[in-house]
Amino acid sequence: MSMETFLAALGLQLLGGALGAGLARRPRLALGVGAAGAVAGGILGLVFALSVLLGSPAAPLDLPWPVPGGRLSLGADPLSAAFLVPIFGLSGLLAVYGVEYLGAGAGRRGVGGQIFFYNLLAASMALVATARDGVLFLVAWEVMSLASFFLVAHEHDKVEVREAARLYLIAMHLGAMVLLAFFALWARQTGSFALRSLPAGALAPAPATALFALALAGFGAKAGFWPLHVWLPKAHPAAPSHVSALMSGVMIKTGVYGVCRTLWLLGPAHTSWALALLAIGAVSGVLGVLSALAQHDLKALLAYHSEENIGIIALGLGVGALGSAAGRPAVAAAGYAGALLHVWNHGLFKGLLFLGAGSVLHATGTRNLEKLGGLWKRMPWTGATFLVGAAAICGLPPFNGLVSEWLVYTAFFAAGTGEGGALGLVPLGGAAVLALIGGLALACFAKAVGVVFLGEPRTARARSAHEAGPAMRWPMAALAAACLGIGLLPVPAVGLLARAVATLDPAAGAASEALARWGAPLARVGLASAGVLALAGLVLLVRRALLHGRAVAESPTWDCGYAAPTPRMQYTASSFAQPLVGPQGVFSAVVGPQVHMAPPRGWFPSAASFESHAPDAAEARFWEPLFQSAGRGFAALRLLQTGRLHHYLGFLLAGLVALLVWALA
Amino acid sequence: MAVVALHALWLLLFPPLLLGVVGRTKAWFSGRIGPGLLQPYRDLARLLRKGAVFSPTTTAVFRLGPAAAVATAWGAGLLVPLMPGAPPVAFGGDFVVFAYLLGLGRFLTVLAALDTGSAFEGMGASREATFAALAEPALFLTLGVLFRVTGQTSFAPALGAALPPAWARAALPLGLAAAALFLVFLAENCRIPVDDPTTHLELTMIHEVMVLDHSGPDFAFVLYGAAVKFTVLGTLLVDLAAPALLPDLGRWAGLGVRLGALLLVAVAVGVVESAMARLRMQRVPLYLAAAVVFPALGLTLTLV
Repeated sequence: MSMETFLAALGLQLLGGALGAGLARRPRLALGVGAAGAVAGGILGLVFALSVLLGSPAAPLDLPWPVPGGRLSLGADPLSAAFLVPIFGLSGLLAVYGVEYLGAGAGRRGVGGQIFFYNLLAASMALVATARDGVLFLVAWEVMSLASFFLVAHEHDKVEVREAARLYLIAMHLGAMVLLAFFALWARQTGSFALRSLPAGALAPAPATALFALALAGFGAKAGFWPLHVWLPKAHPAAPSHVSALMSGVMIKTGVYGVCRTLWLLGPAHTSWALALLAIGAVSGVLGVLSALAQHDLKALLAYHSEENIGIIALGLGVGALGSAAGRPAVAAAGYAGALLHVWNHGLFKGLLFLGAGSVLHATGTRNLEKLGGLWKRMPWTGATFLVGAAAICGLPPFNGLVSEWLVYTAFFAAGTGEGGALGLVPLGGAAVLALIGGLALACFAKAVGVVFLGEPRTARARSAHEAGPAMRWPMAALAAACLGIGLLPVPAVGLLARAVATLDPAAGAASEALARWGAPLARVGLASAGVLALAGLVLLVRRALLHGRAVAESPTWDCGYAAPTPRMQYTASSFAQPLVGPQGVFSAVVGPQVHMAPPRGWFPSAASFESHAPDAAEARFWEPLFQSAGRGFAALRLLQTGRLHHYLGFLLAGLVALLVWALA
Repeated sequence: MAVVALHALWLLLFPPLLLGVVGRTKAWFSGRIGPGLLQPYRDLARLLRKGAVFSPTTTAVFRLGPAAAVATAWGAGLLVPLMPGAPPVAFGGDFVVFAYLLGLGRFLTVLAALDTGSAFEGMGASREATFAALAEPALFLTLGVLFRVTGQTSFAPALGAALPPAWARAALPLGLAAAALFLVFLAENCRIPVDDPTTHLELTMIHEVMVLDHSGPDFAFVLYGAAVKFTVLGTLLVDLAAPALLPDLGRWAGLGVRLGALLLVAVAVGVVESAMARLRMQRVPLYLAAAVVFPALGLTLTLV
């Protein structure tokens, strides 16, 4: 296939977006047209990406461009294609969900902007993944940031949405500034903005490390590395649910793509870079899941989990780079394959979870965990698919999370058992951190699923919830099926990524052989998942046979003989997480929860209140003070804002004279 | 083939015997005669003959929990070798599937507990989730010591022929790993000092309170699944520790040694349960931190 197919896919998406925006007076039709464009473009693009992954490369496209220093240079190698698969696949599926989700509220708010910017976002993400010129990359990056900003600001009549959108815009542009420095340094070192892989040793270690550090900071702001993640838990709850799903499942992966592309650009990895990635991954993973445990907003909880999974992806990239630097292609193959598969897996199950959260929000009008409960009986499809997503994100069999985590663990243990000396202990420490992350994620999702869907409804809104319509249910079911499919058949999925892994590691031939070496145990992992499903089915059949014809009675839940149990007596989400992140919890020093309590006074029942929340540590202790002091410093510049035109003309004149003197000197 | 059949038969029928041994040991310690060794079998048979009572609050998740506990415990049991070096299912990296299978069982048990809408079960679920999250890194670090010292990455070779020479070479790291594995074993099976399986006070329970509302065959599955998990983790402990004390005697003698050692582990658990009280809940994270520090220390010792 050629790049023309790719451009045709982009064209279909943009056409659908433009037409849909034009038809905005008839919201249902407009949403349908926009979704049709996204789906058609998505299918075409997915076919293109899969063909590249299966071995038929697309010839790169290189056209001149009037922009100074830039060229319209596009290329789709297997690494790009690996990221194009979730970009095209998920954008189409989530647009279908959006038809019903936005359609319901379309009377009050116009949807034209949403349709146009959604398709623009999908197209710009695809362009980011295929850009082979620095200037084109930055333009596509900026379009992506702006399109997502307008999508986040959909409900801009609410204060918290405006605040979140503003914070998001600022964070994206700070990251873009660092990327500007990255591409400027790249152009200085290599002589042009063209992104092409350099032979080993072409770059001295110092500029290479400087470039890598800039890439980590700039792409990390988009991906959500700690401490650059602070926009994630504000922007994702504010956006409409299918947009949150797209942003969390796909858009933050463009940051990961940037890091991968940097590893490809800079040639063989250094050990220090690998250690930096491992450190960032460990910290992001642990802090992300601990912060998630402390949330009672369902979408903020899911957003923090995105930070945690980006940490897991960084751990995979780190151990892959460690293997690459140490000349161990088997470790590099497993680590990179685990990271890339986790990019796909996270897109699938995080997309699924956000769609489920959207369904809950749509039905009950609230995202607050403490006001939900008992929704499984009222929304069985949403409940079942959310449970699948929760089990998948915890890495439990028989779903896909286990496969990518298995690959990363395999890389860790292969590195730790074969390597003598202190460097062998680092991967084993990484494995322990990954285990901790997995255990905490299990606790957090047990909380989320249990408090939202199980038990008794805590409020009238939860009691009156209704199931979502077909356009919202089918994408969730499709994503759940994909999670199960990759879990049961991991070898085809990892096989598709073999060429992408070979692209990342310069020892390409060795890497794909190494990947073939993991094929046999990987198939056993899939068989083990199938086996546990079969065992569970067997036990359920035995159970059904035993209970057949027996007395099965109904009786209320045991409540210690209390005469009038109420739903408020159930365990709440905050109580569930209290031993871990509460004020006397194990990790309270890290999470820093704050409690505002007014206990009852006197002998008789009186009014009392309790409120707890956990502000983001990086935001409260670092970014807020930084921006406050920067604000105070910039406030000094108000001296120049006199409000008088002739002062401003005088400043312009002074500036021109200074430039003239500098140019002539 | 015969080995696989024997392993499956052992996994199916042996676990309740270990619970009987624990009960008998505790009875002996307190000067009672106590229930017979085969009493758990009679209890399970009685429960399997009964009908069931369900709460109207519960959903399909509640019905799935006990079945999942049994299925995942069996699945984990198929990965652990009983005869030295010969589990029915073995492949590189199988220990990850082992740990996450137990995690799946725990996840669905916790959800079944939250499904009842009861404060008691919610409390037990919260504690179980907390302690399990802290025990996971301990388990993986212990396996890290084992795999680093033996140079293997799968249960079958690491717990088979490669282990006796590893004990000769690196006894201290492996000893620390075995101690940590015993601590993790007690925590995962909700034994003293983490949880008291015979307490009657709901506010002090962890595992027992999560299953308060199960009845009949479901409760039988819960008890049986707990017994299988006890057996599986005990077998892992025995596989790790036995080569230190006894020479390599070949397959069938090794099998007999393992079974005897499992009974000894059950007696040891009974002794621990009789000799000390449960730790305060706030101290259990310290206990689990010890389980993390021991193998970490063992790993640093491998550098020497």
